[in-house]
Amino acid sequence: MSEYVLEMNGVSKSFPGVKALDHVQLKLRAGKVHALMGENGAGKSTLMKCMFGIYKMDEGEIRMDGQPVTITDPMDALTKGIAMVHQELQPIPARTVGENIFLGRYPMKKALGFIPIVDHKKMYDDTAELLKKVRMTFDPKQKVGELSVSQMQSVEIAKAVSANCRVLILDEPTSSLTSNEVEALFRIIEDLKAEDVAIVYISHKMDEILRIADEVTIMRDGKYIGTWEASELTTDKIITQMVGREMHNLYPKRENVPGDVVFEVKDFTSINPRSFRHVNFQLRKGEILGVGGLVGAQRTELMEGLFGIRSHTTGEILYKGKPLKIDRPKDAIDQGVAMLTEDRRGSGIMAVLSVADNISISSLNQYLDYGFVINGRKVENLVQDNVKKMNIRTPSSKTLIKSLSGGNQQKVLVGRWLANNPDVLILDEPTRGIDVGAKYEIYCIIADLAKEGKSIIMISSEMSELIGMSDRIMVMCDGRVTGFVNGSEATQENIMALATQFE
Amino acid sequence: MDNSKQNTGAKILAVIKGNPIALLLVVAAVVVGCLKDNFFSWANFSNLMSNTAVRFLIALGVSGCLITKGTDLSAGRQVGFAAVVAGILCQKGDYGSKLWKWAPEMNIGLVLIIVLLIGLCWGLINGFIVTKLHVPPFIATLGTQTIVYGISLVISDAQPIGGFQKIYTSLINGRLGSTKSFHLPYLLFVALIFGFLFWFIYNKTRHGKYMYAIGGNDVAAEVSGVNTTFTLIRIYATAGLMYALAGYLLAAKSGGASASMGQGYELEAIAGCTIGGVSTTGGIGTVPGVLVGVLVFELLKIILQFLGVNPYYNYVVQGLVIVLAVALDIRKYIAKK
Ligand SMILES: Nc1ncnc2c1ncn2[C@@H]1O[C@H](COP(=O)(O)OP(=O)(O)OP(=O)(O)O)[C@@H](O)[C@H]1O
Ligand SMILES: [Mg+2]
Repeated sequence: MSEYVLEMNGVSKSFPGVKALDHVQLKLRAGKVHALMGENGAGKSTLMKCMFGIYKMDEGEIRMDGQPVTITDPMDALTKGIAMVHQELQPIPARTVGENIFLGRYPMKKALGFIPIVDHKKMYDDTAELLKKVRMTFDPKQKVGELSVSQMQSVEIAKAVSANCRVLILDEPTSSLTSNEVEALFRIIEDLKAEDVAIVYISHKMDEILRIADEVTIMRDGKYIGTWEASELTTDKIITQMVGREMHNLYPKRENVPGDVVFEVKDFTSINPRSFRHVNFQLRKGEILGVGGLVGAQRTELMEGLFGIRSHTTGEILYKGKPLKIDRPKDAIDQGVAMLTEDRRGSGIMAVLSVADNISISSLNQYLDYGFVINGRKVENLVQDNVKKMNIRTPSSKTLIKSLSGGNQQKVLVGRWLANNPDVLILDEPTRGIDVGAKYEIYCIIADLAKEGKSIIMISSEMSELIGMSDRIMVMCDGRVTGFVNGSEATQENIMALATQFE
Repeated sequence: MDNSKQNTGAKILAVIKGNPIALLLVVAAVVVGCLKDNFFSWANFSNLMSNTAVRFLIALGVSGCLITKGTDLSAGRQVGFAAVVAGILCQKGDYGSKLWKWAPEMNIGLVLIIVLLIGLCWGLINGFIVTKLHVPPFIATLGTQTIVYGISLVISDAQPIGGFQKIYTSLINGRLGSTKSFHLPYLLFVALIFGFLFWFIYNKTRHGKYMYAIGGNDVAAEVSGVNTTFTLIRIYATAGLMYALAGYLLAAKSGGASASMGQGYELEAIAGCTIGGVSTTGGIGTVPGVLVGVLVFELLKIILQFLGVNPYYNYVVQGLVIVLAVALDIRKYIAKK
């Protein structure tokens, strides 16, 4: 028996214009959590997709229990005991939770003794079991499309767990979970460790890595940097290895001075009775207002309501004292409000279009000659500015956005909104899936915008980010605003207290 | 030097890989040309060009619908409708079986404007049904297809229409250059002008970018402030204009019109677009691609005709080419993994 359940040696993989992996290795032990770390575009997801049979590697080998294996496709990977939760979720929205989990391997039974049909009862019973295992309480028969992003993620995890795997790949599983759910996930991971499953854990969150990882492999620019025992590492060491230089601060010094109230929301209520209701708040010029709460607190729904994506019944929005009429996002954008949405795949990127098209789409008016001809050079300048400012890794501005790494896609979307030069910028989980270096860059951008007098609303599920970046934090619970905390007085405890103030 | 040669070689290879069907057909055409004498004649060439020209206009119209993940099944019937209206209005004043005896002989330029306005209306109706009534394009245009056909039958009394003014047919069938040897049909220029116009719209204008954005991800486009409703209505309306233009030209080209004209053209146009790389999943498609697709289809027809294939088999071959072309095209995306 080999010491490793699975090892990958000398793996290389190129895409047109990029060498995504350059002789990378990864060795997994049974019952251990192996963290895989690196900046956006370092090649983590690509390596995992090679292991899971989604990509064919150009070079290198995979061994399981010391024996060389070839993995042809995901189905093959699953039968060999490898399961993966993808960074980009891919559920089928119109089908139920149960159907999504058992897709492709529905439990069958025989009707009249010989006609094979799907055993729905067993499927939903098993689903209920699995959901209990991942500590989720929703109905197995609910349509996946009705779930929130984090709930969908739990479904994906349940799906992977149900495959009885020996190797489980979690690619940024917590990027849209709140702390409670992260705890639940960690308990599941502990359970799986006890069952001798080897777990690959990809995340940009240092505290998580240091808590649950046993070993850490770090990659940079598609190259293998090294593997360490987690106990030998500190956040600083990891960051230095990842970035290739030292980083001192996680948050920039903010110099913005909140001024007069510019944006005011009064008695804002959703048409959905279970969603946000009677929300009142004010936003000052040059202020960063953090929005905290548990998953299900309706923070995203509220912001989407303000931005015209969702409908409201009562309430008004005042901008500089004048009522804003927002029926659809275009109205909001025309009046200087912009919003980076939470669901990158669903409402963010246009996958088959280029980076240039994606970044310029909401600000095209600025690049017109004679009022109607798009000036390619101006668009190119916009792309290059952003590439430089946020260190976006893309072979060119014509590259399709879908071939960028998750974090780099996010940076492109941030760029899209900045190009609009909005007065009020709503950011829903702006640093989701972004590496430490780039996070810092995005924080700097937020801080700069605030200093310039822009008003910013930032939803975040990362406590430290909320506390580190906000002038004020609005906390929501179950559709209501339960209170405000000043940034300087904010602590994990007082935010949690408000976030759990159920009626 | 050597290096650049290699590059050109690689580029050519890429083009071949990218369009195997087109290449295959060009090869087939050369072979047929060697076998049959008058294949490589100006008459045949100009015939191919004017056929392609009309189909290309229709395909351009439908391409916008396809790129935005929609479709337009009413294209063919709209062409027929325009042909019928143009035919009726362009009949000679003294023609014995003139359909509308009470109407005076009309200026053909005025007729063009009327026909275009009607096409615009049909397009607006499609756009309205798709965006405001939220009926999926497939169903919406299936409905209008039938409605348009019905009205065509009513106004043409289900009769063939002939006896056009001389100027109408001679102008549109006109050609540049001597008739026997070298000449280029006017229709070719019409097609080129519109091809360029659409290329410009698709690549250089906000409307074009919005169109691709809607096709790429309609939710994201809406959230980014794209007026998706207006953009879609504009796309369907433009399509209506193109069909009307095609119908107007087609009636003159054939020297007669009837309600059944244009039947099945929507499928040919969609097939042409798809062969030319317009993706049915949205967001992808170029004007040169559409041109290649349509050309391939027309070339195929002419080759079959020259080979003297039983016309019924034409359908079989054309169907096979559609499936094969798209299957090969899709391979490009699969191979990337
Ligand atoms: N299908 C593809 N086509 C072309 N390039 C690709 C493709 N997939 C990934 N790449 C490129 O490979 C590199 C590695 O990407 P990968 O997704 O593995 O990064 P990552 O480490 O997972 O980053 P992140 O933390 O942002 O998710 C990137 O430069 C990316 O642009
Ligand atoms: Mg990744």
